[in-house]
Amino acid sequence: MNAAVDNPQLQNLYRELILDHATKPRNFGRLAAATHNAEGINPLCGDRLSLYLCIDAGSRIDSISFEGSGCAISLASASLLTETVKQLCVADAQACFTAFTQRLTQGTNPEALPAAVGFDKLHALDGVREHPSRIKCATLAWHALHAALHQQPLTTTE
Amino acid sequence: MNLPQSQPIRDFSDYRSDFPGLHQTVNGQPLVYLDSAASAQQPTPVIEAVARYQREDHANVHRGVHTLSHRATELYEGARDKLCEFINANSRAEIILTSGTTESINLVAQSYCRGMLKPGDQVLITSLEHHSNIVPWQLVCEQTGAELIVAPINDRGEVELDELYELMTGRVRLLGIGHVSNALGSINPLHDIIRRAKQAGITVLVDGAQGVPHMPVDVQALGCDFYAFSGHKMFGPTGTGVLWGRESVLESMPPYQGGGDMILEVSFDKTVFNDLPYKFEAGTPNISGVVGLGAAVDYLSAIGMEAISHHETSLHDYMVQQLSTIEGMRLVGTARQQASVQSFMLNEIHPHDLGTILDHQGIAIRTGHHCAMPVMQRLGLPGTARASLGLYNNHDDIDRLIAGLEKARQVFA
Ligand SMILES: Cc1ncc(COP(=O)(O)O)c(C=O)c1O
Repeated sequence: MNAAVDNPQLQNLYRELILDHATKPRNFGRLAAATHNAEGINPLCGDRLSLYLCIDAGSRIDSISFEGSGCAISLASASLLTETVKQLCVADAQACFTAFTQRLTQGTNPEALPAAVGFDKLHALDGVREHPSRIKCATLAWHALHAALHQQPLTTTE
Repeated sequence: MNLPQSQPIRDFSDYRSDFPGLHQTVNGQPLVYLDSAASAQQPTPVIEAVARYQREDHANVHRGVHTLSHRATELYEGARDKLCEFINANSRAEIILTSGTTESINLVAQSYCRGMLKPGDQVLITSLEHHSNIVPWQLVCEQTGAELIVAPINDRGEVELDELYELMTGRVRLLGIGHVSNALGSINPLHDIIRRAKQAGITVLVDGAQGVPHMPVDVQALGCDFYAFSGHKMFGPTGTGVLWGRESVLESMPPYQGGGDMILEVSFDKTVFNDLPYKFEAGTPNISGVVGLGAAVDYLSAIGMEAISHHETSLHDYMVQQLSTIEGMRLVGTARQQASVQSFMLNEIHPHDLGTILDHQGIAIRTGHHCAMPVMQRLGLPGTARASLGLYNNHDDIDRLIAGLEKARQVFA
């Protein structure tokens, strides 16, 4: 963020890592060979994200991608999600969903996550906690992940 | 905007002090409220009228012989009289008090249209409408087998009149059209549209939610059959609104809901419905809210809707001019006739992020689809940022908005 921005709360929300992922989202696009996918809709703002996963025979997320339009928070969260759960087994990805949504909505720290999970990066989204109206932006992709893992094609943040 | 030379320019800054909600800091900055199209702040006379009623005059209306009930009834019915005069209705029987624009439109859809529409009939709307002027018609079309048809808009956000008129065939039974678009601010040329519709024998409902708070409205001069609006957008309380209907049309309609107050006589064989307007007002109404709405009408009348319209037009011109100076600004909605609302996009910044960054600077705008998803789909946008004006806004508010947007540009630089 430009140093001219002097507002600490704003800086806390739009951290470098968030802006980086929002403007250059990782794993962006559609996975032709997806075994699981889901679309998340935030009815409040009309944002839509689609998540695609390839889950191999050993229940491991072999590859993952997303596409759609959204605000900086929802895009960054989706991008970080794909980095976090790629190569995890489905159970660990599910644990990540629970940990992340609880951290944002209740402010509670996750119970010890399996060592394979690189959760720390997601702390970049902690600033969202101070913005109740934006929590759904940050959890949109995660709800889509949850839905995809449960073979539900569509979910909303409501 | 050019004011006629003879007209004294009124200082609207005086009115600002009447709105306690404006005088606070938000996130450490003095509040700039640019979201009146969603809901307007209330002036002290409205707040006081509601409080006084609650403290001193509350009882049920039209019920008792006792003094409080009488007082409550006088206040409630007094508000109806004020509303009648305010929009130049022909008689107080034409003023149906509702919970807002949404209920007013649903009332017409269910009471007027449901028994009348047949398969093959059409209801005509435009792609500029608020969801409240879309979904009630969809519901009644589904119930009756009628068809909902939609006139397009152009890139500026104006209804394509030629195509609208072409759609006005003998099959169309009702036209539902907004006065002012809440998403893009476009003012529809209602006089021409209504004249053409009436020539084609079409009943016309105007969604006036964004008209009444910003300009003089004369329902008789407009020539429509129904005009719907909300109290909370005209500086009154939430949960209040009006359906104005032409008396002869209202007379022909069956009741909307059954209950107390809307009947003259009930037995298990037969119920005799009350006269207008009570036929459409079942149950105990929002008395305190309507009392506040009456006070809002007094407040607006004392300033004068003509003066308010002048003030807002010149402020809107200033806002458009200033927004245009920002690099990366794209104005969304550039109708030749616009009121009180301006939608925009700034660079690639998502409207939601703009809303948050402005909020941090104490500036309240609305972001998203503004309950007008078809407008957004037509323009190929997920949503917009929208600044909307009320009579209390001033140049300083616009300057703060511009500075706030410059800061947003820096965040995403
Ligand atoms: C043009 C228009 N129509 C209808 C409505 C619905 O009004 P209410 O929610 O008060 O019923 C609104 C409010 O947003 C509006 O702007």
